[in-house]
Amino acid sequence: MIEFISQPWPWYVAGPILALIMFLLLYTGKNFGVSANLRTMCSIGGAGRWSDFFNFNWQAQSWNLVFVLGAIIGGYISHKYLLEQSAVELAPAVVQDLKAMGFDKAGEEFYPSRIFSWDTLFSWQGVLVLIGGGFMIGFGARYAGGCTSGHAISGLSDLQWPSLLAVVGFFIGGLFMTYVVLPLIFSA
Amino acid sequence: MNFFRYLLIGILFGMVMSMAEIVSWYRIYEMFRFGSFHMYGIIGSAIVLGIIIVQVIKRKRLRSIEGVEIRFNPKNKSIPRYLIGGIIFGLGWALTGACPGPMFVLAGHGVDVIWVVIFGAVAGTFTYGLVRAKLPH
Repeated sequence: MIEFISQPWPWYVAGPILALIMFLLLYTGKNFGVSANLRTMCSIGGAGRWSDFFNFNWQAQSWNLVFVLGAIIGGYISHKYLLEQSAVELAPAVVQDLKAMGFDKAGEEFYPSRIFSWDTLFSWQGVLVLIGGGFMIGFGARYAGGCTSGHAISGLSDLQWPSLLAVVGFFIGGLFMTYVVLPLIFSA
Repeated sequence: MNFFRYLLIGILFGMVMSMAEIVSWYRIYEMFRFGSFHMYGIIGSAIVLGIIIVQVIKRKRLRSIEGVEIRFNPKNKSIPRYLIGGIIFGLGWALTGACPGPMFVLAGHGVDVIWVVIFGAVAGTFTYGLVRAKLPH
């Protein structure tokens, strides 16, 4: 059993589990949306002194913080006890492109050590990717009213066209970053 | 609030994000290069099943565990906030290879530097709160 679930899970297992998670949250009277936690964290930190946007009943969102705590634990369990292979089997053409961009270990590691290391943080690329990237995710998610879980999964499942518009936006931004900006950052 | 209920659902979420490699920067890059069906299969099958689930809930007027009818709040109809906000989010998603869920899951993997990304995301949310009155919605 452990050996079986230690393999990378295929899409047709992962997708239905995400739908199940959405259902479980609806069934318990909540909504699947992770980025709302970032707003809650601002409120807990006292951001309401600067903007009324953070003066809301965040206690009603405390279940979502527990969900995030669970997500951290789920990541820990997977990393420590389940994930056997530390490599991601990428499409060969993608590996080639990444190597040309200087990602020498593409296809051999789980996440690029070139990006996710403390050393990187002290380079302009690191500041841009880690702080700038995080900033855009937080700003964009709240401006758009949700992230991948809230719009792409919850919103599209409810056939909400604002969510479709947001997902189109995610892809416009993502494609521009991938094809235009990333090569500029990493080939430099 | 039932603490363990949401903790368990969160653990399942963290595991599926990890085991299907959704938390990997490489998988997100591959998705935006249209290099593999993997991510599209995940999001697509979740949405197809999700649509069925939502339709069943609405037609059967299913009640939540607390006995309240499950309701869906229609989002306000406008264009700029979803499109512009979505584009900014997409730029960040492709850059860091993580959206808000995976950020926390990666923290569980022991990728400590991801806390810098989380800090950035909280700062971005805070900044939105400061300037939102001036933005088109």
